[in-house]
Amino acid sequence: MDAISIEGLTKHYRVGFWRPRPYVALDGLTLGVQPGEIFGFLGPNGAGKTTTLKLLMQLIYPTAGRAEILGAHVGDASVKRRIGYLPENPYFYDNLTAEELLEYFARLFGYSAAEGRRRASSLLDEVGIGPERRFALRRFSKGMVQRVGIAQALINDPEIVFLDEPMSGLDPLGRREVRELILRLRDKGRTVFFSSHVLSDAEALCSRVAIVVNGRLVATGSLDELTAFEAKGWELVVNGLPGAVLDGLRSSVSGATRLGDGRYALTLPPSAAPEPVIAALSAAGARVVSLTPLRATLEDVFVEQVRAASADRSKATLAS
Amino acid sequence: MRAIAVIAGGVFRDSIRDRIAYGLVFFAVLLIASSFLLARLTAGQDVKIIKDLGLAASSGIGVLIAVFFGIGLVTKEVERRSIYSLLSKPVSRTEFVVGKYLGLVLTLLINLSVMVAAFYAVLAVLNYLAIPDLRASWDAPALDPRMLVAFALIGVELMLVTATALFFSTFSSPFLSVALTFAIYIIGHFGEDLKHLDNIVESQTLAQVARGVYYVMPNLAALDVKSEVVHGVAVSAQHVLAASAAAGLYIALILVAATVIFSHRDLK
Repeated sequence: MDAISIEGLTKHYRVGFWRPRPYVALDGLTLGVQPGEIFGFLGPNGAGKTTTLKLLMQLIYPTAGRAEILGAHVGDASVKRRIGYLPENPYFYDNLTAEELLEYFARLFGYSAAEGRRRASSLLDEVGIGPERRFALRRFSKGMVQRVGIAQALINDPEIVFLDEPMSGLDPLGRREVRELILRLRDKGRTVFFSSHVLSDAEALCSRVAIVVNGRLVATGSLDELTAFEAKGWELVVNGLPGAVLDGLRSSVSGATRLGDGRYALTLPPSAAPEPVIAALSAAGARVVSLTPLRATLEDVFVEQVRAASADRSKATLAS
Repeated sequence: MRAIAVIAGGVFRDSIRDRIAYGLVFFAVLLIASSFLLARLTAGQDVKIIKDLGLAASSGIGVLIAVFFGIGLVTKEVERRSIYSLLSKPVSRTEFVVGKYLGLVLTLLINLSVMVAAFYAVLAVLNYLAIPDLRASWDAPALDPRMLVAFALIGVELMLVTATALFFSTFSSPFLSVALTFAIYIIGHFGEDLKHLDNIVESQTLAQVARGVYYVMPNLAALDVKSEVVHGVAVSAQHVLAASAAAGLYIALILVAATVIFSHRDLK
């Protein structure tokens, strides 16, 4: 059973006051998330990531399609007891302290006051909120509010955590701490579904990702599946390479960058086998420093998919 | 029920610390206290001035808090997106609306209690300083407990105004919600004029429309017994119960409507 199962989820809004016209925020999204995985939900701004999360949280209602969490419809009251949610750019009550806010949310899950206090204290420690936990939240910086937001998403020790742009507003140290926190959640067997447009976060954390553009799913799979498809060749770094030898390798080398005296970074095309080139270089007295397969990064895949989807949309607009 | 109680507690804790609410209650207390000085400038009307001003200040400031905080209960939560975290917890939208309402009602009743305490404190000082002949000239004793009836009905009125503000804020903008709530408040106080509009206009259609509006609007005039208690006129228990029951029914209906509307709303 999928931890999260989404089938044909669609959301249309009506925009415009005098002559309302439909705006497709999400168009037939179908995907599944396995229990225990960190799933990255990626897309450029306005792609439909937050809309999807709001639909899963029942903050908005779908125009079509359905979604299930842990085998139950998202509207089922029991679902909310088993999930946690960090909204994008969270905001809380100005006059409550971080401690009080977390205790308040803990009480909503039925924890006693004492247990709520204990959980609040432990989670605030975990997200790095110190003595300032007793200050009113209106005095908190954006990054501190984000940390409190992450803590409140974990107050009920959820089986699935939905994080909408969890790194937003965090400094580099905070980002690293949140990454470690997400990995700890995975190690505890929790499922993490997070939306982001910061691809390095997804690359560092996710076992699988989905890319949405203009409300449509354009790619989904593991990082290996998505990036292996885009193999780009090899990069060979050598020392002590005579210029004359380099001229002789022009047929099997697609590019050469001089890094220093006799030191070069050679690029081999994906069709080339590196072994004969290495043998030829060694015979000429050059020393191989490194050989690295050039694979597309998630960023390359992302940019390509976004460009392709935007081009399709432009064609469709012109055709209509 | 648990979620309602927790949410009500959260609203109470947040709003009781709000500086604007503090300021308004402080202003009301100051107004009531300053009525003592004003009363000293008049001859024979001192106790009446304090009672008039105290009751009016308590009602007026209470209505301001009820309208502006009542509208903020939903609109601020939605605009600032704090509602996203709350509704992702095991809380239904009905529990959200009812909990928010009860939390603010609790805050308003505490604020009203502070104003009542200030009011009776000023009257106690006046009563202490007054000579027996002056006391004898008053319509009603300075520390007349019957004034608590007026305060109780002010409390009921604030509950109704809060429910109205909350209702409008579930589907309209804050500005429109303020305007509509004040419109209901004003019409509610002039209901009798609407009912008998045929006495002053010739158009039967207009008179019937006005009568229709009268039946839809809450009868806030029935909750206003300030002038009676100031003059020591007894307000019957039957009137208090009937007016409170009608207001209670109106509050229940309006909260049901607010809940139904809010439950179907997309929180964009």
